[in-house]
Amino acid sequence: MNLLTALARLLIFPGLLFCVPAAWFFLWVERKSVALMQGRIGPPFMQPFYDFVKLLGKDTPDRPGIVGLLMRLWPLLAVASTAGAVALLPVLPAYGGFQGDLILLLALLEVPPICIIAAGFSSRSIFSEIGSAREAALTVSYNVVFLLAILSIAAAQHTFRLDALAHLPPSPLLWLGIIALVICLPAKLHINPFSLPNAEQEIYSGPIIEYSGPELAMWELSHGLEWVAATGLVATLVAPQIGTWWLAAIVFVLLCCGLVVLLAAVAAATARIAIDNTVRFYWQCTLVFAVLVVSSAILMRFRS
Amino acid sequence: MKALDRLMCTCRRRSPWLFHMNSGSCNGCDIELVAAITPRYDAEQLGVQLEGSPRHADILCITGPVTRNAVGAIETVYGQVLNPKAVVAIGSCPATTNVFIDSRTIDGPLDKHIPVDVFVPGCPPRPDAIIQGIVKAATILAERAASPSPPEAPKPEAAPEVQA
Ligand code: SF4
Repeated sequence: MNLLTALARLLIFPGLLFCVPAAWFFLWVERKSVALMQGRIGPPFMQPFYDFVKLLGKDTPDRPGIVGLLMRLWPLLAVASTAGAVALLPVLPAYGGFQGDLILLLALLEVPPICIIAAGFSSRSIFSEIGSAREAALTVSYNVVFLLAILSIAAAQHTFRLDALAHLPPSPLLWLGIIALVICLPAKLHINPFSLPNAEQEIYSGPIIEYSGPELAMWELSHGLEWVAATGLVATLVAPQIGTWWLAAIVFVLLCCGLVVLLAAVAAATARIAIDNTVRFYWQCTLVFAVLVVSSAILMRFRS
Repeated sequence: MKALDRLMCTCRRRSPWLFHMNSGSCNGCDIELVAAITPRYDAEQLGVQLEGSPRHADILCITGPVTRNAVGAIETVYGQVLNPKAVVAIGSCPATTNVFIDSRTIDGPLDKHIPVDVFVPGCPPRPDAIIQGIVKAATILAERAASPSPPEAPKPEAAPEVQA
């Protein structure tokens, strides 16, 4: 293991230097593709960057005491953990460097929803509390499918090492798992039809209603990073095995973009559905996928 | 430093986020404001976004002739929008109280209560005019932030406790 490659992975690709511009780029791709589907021109290429810098230059309200401290802490925690999750993705084929572990990746991906729930409850507005409660209900329902899918892929291969999982040969079980993951992504990214926690027209942007200025900028950034991490996770599982590092990087970025456009199309074509329907949908999915994925994982284990 | 300030100016000009507030309007202006952000007029090209919370907004868009009930709400919401901020008064009502003039339930016009940066006249104004007003307000916002001393602005207040 080489310290230099490890640092390069954490700080450059797919770490910090890549993932922050990629977060802005994916936010733009999402907004632009929705705009194109509605027959309009849509935001300029630099729009998420403009929004971010503008928010950095705004004031924040004075919030004394522990509540103020906590409210400042949650968005930072969300950004840090998502950036860490992106850096763990085994995009480049070279062995060595920082070898990630699936359990660490899943734990890091789970931190932002927890931060959003906590942020909503610490801001003590009734709208943010409703948003947090919805986020909590949503997280509990989609995570069962999400975790089952990933863990059964891992269990069938007898490994939790990320770079081993990235190079799995395509199998029905892998595709089943990937479909389950993609079904969970709209809920994980809070886009239509599962945009309940931040429903603008009903509860005024939900848990982050009280945030402003640099803190809101951090939430926007963490949202963008969640796009990168979630689509990147699926892309690494789908990506074919490629020896050259730059080709691997290009394939990774293209796959992510394709996934972003697909999710944006789903978001543009659907309307928000109510919380009880959402929860019921995910629990029904859970039933189907749980039976399918777990039984095929057991089968594959016996066969191998 | 100069370059950073210029960058901040551009970003403020290119990303106006709106908060829409109705101070007793007849709903004509509100419909036109909503029309301005529909696909037909596509204000998102200019970075315009309608926000749900005044905390997120840069530009406060107020419609209506300011009824007596609305005065307190306007002052609260104006305080909740954080600096730098601008106010756009949409329609003839907030400028002059329009057809509601001399009504005893009206306490207008709007600039009696908060400083207004741009008036968009019309009853109701066309969506194009509203977009132009918003762009003008965004330019004012960028210039104001660039000048060393911002004009008097009340300190943002804490959010009012909402009783469940
Ligand atoms: S300006 Fe005209 S359309 Fe607008 S609120 Fe007043 S009366 Fe209604």
